[in-house]
Amino acid sequence: MDDRIRDVLSEHARLAIDVADLGDDVDLYQAGMTSHASVNVMLALEDAFDIEFPEHRLGKRRLEWVTAIRTALTELNKGSG
Amino acid sequence: MRPGVRVGTDVTAIPDVLASMTRFGDRYLDRVFTPHERASCAGPPAVAAAGLAARFAAKEAAVKVLEPAPDDARPPWRSIEVRRRPSGACHLELSGEAARLASRAGINELALSMSHEGSVAIAVVVALPDAPISDD
Repeated sequence: MDDRIRDVLSEHARLAIDVADLGDDVDLYQAGMTSHASVNVMLALEDAFDIEFPEHRLGKRRLEWVTAIRTALTELNKGSG
Repeated sequence: MRPGVRVGTDVTAIPDVLASMTRFGDRYLDRVFTPHERASCAGPPAVAAAGLAARFAAKEAAVKVLEPAPDDARPPWRSIEVRRRPSGACHLELSGEAARLASRAGINELALSMSHEGSVAIAVVVALPDAPISDD
C-alpha cells in the first residue's frame, strides 16, 4: 500500500522534496502540497485503490501525512468490504 | 469579545486547474464545482480554467475565513459556492458544513473579490462581523 501511496504523491502532490525522502509523519502541506494538489491526490488515490472519499469525512488531516492516508484507506476498505 | 473582521486570500495556478480538467474530467469538476459555477465558466477549456481557478481560490479563501478546527470536517468544496449575478458581480453562498462554521463564528455576510491575470487567479474574502465595531 505504501508504495502505491507514494507513487500517487510523487505524481500529484507536487512536493518540494523527493517522495523517497518523505517520512511517514511529514506534513504534506508543509512539504509543499497545495490545496488544489490535494484534490488531485484524493482523486488519484480513489483511482489507485478503487475507493471513494466521502466528502463529509474529508477533513484536512485525512491527507496531511502518509500515515493519515494509510489509515483513511484502511478504514474505507473495511467500510466497503 | 468584540467581533472582528476576518480576511482570507488564496491564489490558484490556472494551468493546474486545466491539467486537472484534462486528467480527471467530470470527476474533478463535479467534486469541486457546483452546476452554477460550471455554467458560469462555460467556454473553451483554457477560458473555463481561468474562471474555475478563481472560484477555487475563492473557496479556499473562504475556508481561511471560516477557520475550521483541525479536527473539524473540511467544508466540501461545493458547500462554498460562487454565485454570479446577471450584472456579472459575484458573491458567496454557503450551505452544509460551511454554513455551520459561519454560524458558529457569527458570520452573516461574506464579501468576495476575484481576479486573474496570466497564469494566476486570486480571490479575497472578507467576513463582516455581526455587530458594528465601536470604539468602546
